[in-house]
Amino acid sequence: MSVDPSRAARGVFRVEWLPGSDQLRGFCHCGAATVADGPVEVWDWLLAHPVGHDTRGRASVPGSGPAVLAGAGAAP
Amino acid sequence: MPTFPRDQWYVAAYGREIGHELFSRTVCNESILFWRTQAGSVTAVSNRCVHRRFPLSQPPSALVDDQVVCGYHGFTYAADGRCTAVPGQTRIPRAARLTSYPVVEQDSFVWVWIGDPAKADPARVPRAPWLESPGYATVSGMEPLRARFGLLVDNLLDLSHETYLHGGYIGTPEVAATPITTEVDEDAGIVYVSRHMDDAECPPFYSKSTGLNGRIMRWQDIEYMPPCLYTLHSRIAPLGVLPHDDGTDPGAFHVEVVYAMTPETDTSTHNFWAVARDFAQEDQSVSDFLAEQNRTVVLQDVAALNALEKSIAAEPEGYQELSINIDTGGLAARRMLAKLIERGSAAPSAAKG
Ligand code: FES
Ligand SMILES: [Fe+2]
Ligand SMILES: [Zn+2]
Repeated sequence: MSVDPSRAARGVFRVEWLPGSDQLRGFCHCGAATVADGPVEVWDWLLAHPVGHDTRGRASVPGSGPAVLAGAGAAP
Repeated sequence: MPTFPRDQWYVAAYGREIGHELFSRTVCNESILFWRTQAGSVTAVSNRCVHRRFPLSQPPSALVDDQVVCGYHGFTYAADGRCTAVPGQTRIPRAARLTSYPVVEQDSFVWVWIGDPAKADPARVPRAPWLESPGYATVSGMEPLRARFGLLVDNLLDLSHETYLHGGYIGTPEVAATPITTEVDEDAGIVYVSRHMDDAECPPFYSKSTGLNGRIMRWQDIEYMPPCLYTLHSRIAPLGVLPHDDGTDPGAFHVEVVYAMTPETDTSTHNFWAVARDFAQEDQSVSDFLAEQNRTVVLQDVAALNALEKSIAAEPEGYQELSINIDTGGLAARRMLAKLIERGSAAPSAAKG
């Protein structure tokens, strides 16, 4: 109900709080992802799209590929 | 810097507040006069007589059929704001017209459009269908806030404060301790914040209303449609009880907590609140309990936010606040509001005589 996978396809930015950590993971609708230490940093990065959004490098962010976007129906 | 966006729909009142008599409320610094016409629709015009500014809501101003007669010198206006009579002369000055506001009555609310009337699209009024749906029982109210609109947005987007400010009512330790997921849909203009507590203490607000005790599943899904409308979709269920794959959810209790946040002035806000539930609809004692509890919780927020407004008034220029992870949703809302403020038309310059 809450985290609707179809939203990612509609150009939605998402920020997940990584369970068991103080870090936030930001997902852009373009497929790029980042890990940030706080909300100001994560929104600065997301809303700057496409600046700095290199989707080729996304494999370096653990679990940030499309499979995660599609399978994130389970909330933290 | 304005504290709220223009060219937006805002809730001005509950439909039940407006009958066939004069009613006024200030929305976004504009004093607006309302009444329900004999045909049953709500009309909204400027509350200031064009002649010498007498408030048309103030006696001896009066509603005569569907016209308002100014209590000072008798200028008379129709429901659309047009002046139909002035004292002592037959020629009516061309400029004699009250500003008229687009109005939509929907989901128990009276919405007004603040800004350029040419941009008002009634189809874009956000919906809160539960408030008038036969499947739900609703209690509601409104509390005035002596604090700016943005402070209420911050408050509602970050429910971790429930643990501290509303302990013993709706707050339990898990609310502040459970991580959130935040989403921003810029095209639709919606901020979502979700916190799913799969094993949590049941606070009195829910144990007394649902009868569930001990540990529960408690899901909070916020949907904020800036600037005015906020819904917390609250799902309460016994441990391990999940919605069915087809989307039905017979094993859970659902509460839709709706807020309409309407700026009154730059530093005060109308805080409309409603609680709609899909269980015990006929039970008046549950209605009374939820109404009393939610009003208490809202007043706890009001007291806190009134104090924040005083802190802001007293703080030095350039004071910097600090944000942490719990503020992810609030910051998303602020950024969306800042864009709406930028995009909206400018406020009318202070009226000249
Ligand atoms: S102020 Fe209203 S008629 Fe004079
Ligand atoms: Fe609160
Ligand atoms: Zn991007």
